Amino acid sequence: MDKLSDDDLALLLLIRSFELKLLALFERGELNGTTHTCLGQEYVPVSLRTLLRESDWIFSNHRGHGHYLARFEDPEGLLAEIMGRKGAICDGVGGSQHLKRDRYLSTGVQGQSLPVAAGVALRLKRYEPGALACVYIGDGTWGEGAVYEALNLAQLWRLPLLVVVEHNGIAQSTPTGLQMAGTVEGRAHAFGVAHHRVDIVDIHEIRAQLAPLVDRVRAESCPLVVEFATHRLGPHSKGDDTRPPGFPRFDWYAAYQAAHPVQSAGIEAEARTRIDRIAAEVAARPPSVWRAA
Amino acid sequence: MTVGGAAAGRARVGENLNRALHGLLEDDPSVYVLGEDLLDPYGGAFKITKGLSTRFPGRVLTTPLSEGAIVGAASGLALAGGKAVVEIMFADFAALAFDQILNFAGKSVSMYGHRVPLPLVIRCPSGGHRGYGPTHSQSPQKHFIGIPGLSLFEMSPFHDNRAVLDRMLALGEPCLLFEDKVLYTRRMYEVDELFTWELVGDVAVVRLDTGGPGGLEIPSGDLDYVLITPGGVAHRALAAMRTLLLDHDLTGVLMVPSRLYPLDLSDLLPLLGRAPLVCVAEDGSAGGTWGDHVAADLHTRLWGRLRRPVRLVSSADSVIPTAAHLEREVLVQDSTIRRAVLEGLDG
Repeated sequence: MDKLSDDDLALLLLIRSFELKLLALFERGELNGTTHTCLGQEYVPVSLRTLLRESDWIFSNHRGHGHYLARFEDPEGLLAEIMGRKGAICDGVGGSQHLKRDRYLSTGVQGQSLPVAAGVALRLKRYEPGALACVYIGDGTWGEGAVYEALNLAQLWRLPLLVVVEHNGIAQSTPTGLQMAGTVEGRAHAFGVAHHRVDIVDIHEIRAQLAPLVDRVRAESCPLVVEFATHRLGPHSKGDDTRPPGFPRFDWYAAYQAAHPVQSAGIEAEARTRIDRIAAEVAARPPSVWRAA
Repeated sequence: MTVGGAAAGRARVGENLNRALHGLLEDDPSVYVLGEDLLDPYGGAFKITKGLSTRFPGRVLTTPLSEGAIVGAASGLALAGGKAVVEIMFADFAALAFDQILNFAGKSVSMYGHRVPLPLVIRCPSGGHRGYGPTHSQSPQKHFIGIPGLSLFEMSPFHDNRAVLDRMLALGEPCLLFEDKVLYTRRMYEVDELFTWELVGDVAVVRLDTGGPGGLEIPSGDLDYVLITPGGVAHRALAAMRTLLLDHDLTGVLMVPSRLYPLDLSDLLPLLGRAPLVCVAEDGSAGGTWGDHVAADLHTRLWGRLRRPVRLVSSADSVIPTAAHLEREVLVQDSTIRRAVLEGLDG
């Protein structure tokens, strides 16, 4: 793997440390409800970070911590939200899955945000040409009809809609082979929507591949499906990993650490220290207050 | 209290709504209208959107048959600073957009901690009496009651549609507007010569025209019952009131709210508390209805003053058949309302 900038690596390791901390907090019974970590998939939003602009909307999903942190680098606000403490982004109402901040929004229902993003893209096309709506979905989301209704609209109306598929081969506990006929590519092409598959983890190379394609979404106002072949290292939520030991789980982190041990170790130590400090500080805050009725 | 009546005009309800949409799009460049088959020359299955696409081509968009995507995209427009009016061709099909309505539009207003404005109107042509059969005749209001952040309105011959549309959009949260299809060809503001009406807040109050004082001043001895109905049932209620007066010498008042949920009858509680019988009539099928909700509210707020249980009239617990004679048996008729009042007063 090529060497990353310190910034990119720091963000990758911040997300990883954040997710590992969450699992640890859950194990200690310090968190309410559930959470879905993006361990193994951190490089997806980090790759896209430099390709997206502040004027773009981002729609995230249940597995969205990495998407949020790559957009705002605000582990304090996110952790406060998940822990229901003062400073929570959404006053603790939304929790892990339901975040809104500026032009970033996530929901907990699969596929639901694609039509919404299409509507946002429609307005962007008219009032802010060049801006786009980016939606993160998983492979399991392709079982939802809303995806197809939205792709049809996006292609018919030539909307600047970037659909990022984090295809990690497993939908909760159901492997892709048991839940998807055909391919994501075939489905995108059925609507005449362009599709690009990313099966590498090298961030520089991913950006090089995607930059002209994302530019085209902006310049020509058209939808694009980018499918990342990725790996979910952890469980779906907390302790619900039913995958057999042989199930493929490639970890960019291990590969990168092996290739660049010194840079990796130093930055990881910083990220862990930072997250430890934030966790302690946020846990000591008073409960969040919900003012809106 | 606003005085309505004959002077206010005689356009058909559908024309009033069509003009309201024209005016809205003209006055507010942030408004979009989305729906199936609404381009000219067709102008929508009931012609309510006629002329709009010609005048406002970029903001009046015909869509695929994708109710979920239509409501979702409209929510996106609203989220990004626009305002959206959606036409669902038949209210039955709103079920296809239920996730977007319940789980996205409704919840988004408040689930992000701070209020997220979502100015969105979903128009739903509803109701039977046209022979369209089980999938095109429902009054599905009850399925949308009690959803946080979602308001239900119903078109009525007494409420100017522009004012209602403005009010819904100003709420900054998703609203359903139910439009009983049989109202489209009725005249606005028209009542039987026996009656007169006025608006009390958002509720149209129709009463016997005695030339005497206003609706809230009716002497107790001159009030036998109060009917509460959504706009679509108003004409059937008036027909029942006429018969009850002429054949049975019973005098009643009809209340027609514009906003069905949340419903605020506070200003009318004194009058309701004096009525020997309160009857709620609606077209939705029996079981878990809007009327149940109204009755529970009135029983709570007027307990001790009510003389009888609130009487409920709804369509049968049934699908809506196509054949005219079968449809009549299932749906609420003026005779159903008349019978309910007579039985209620006897009971």
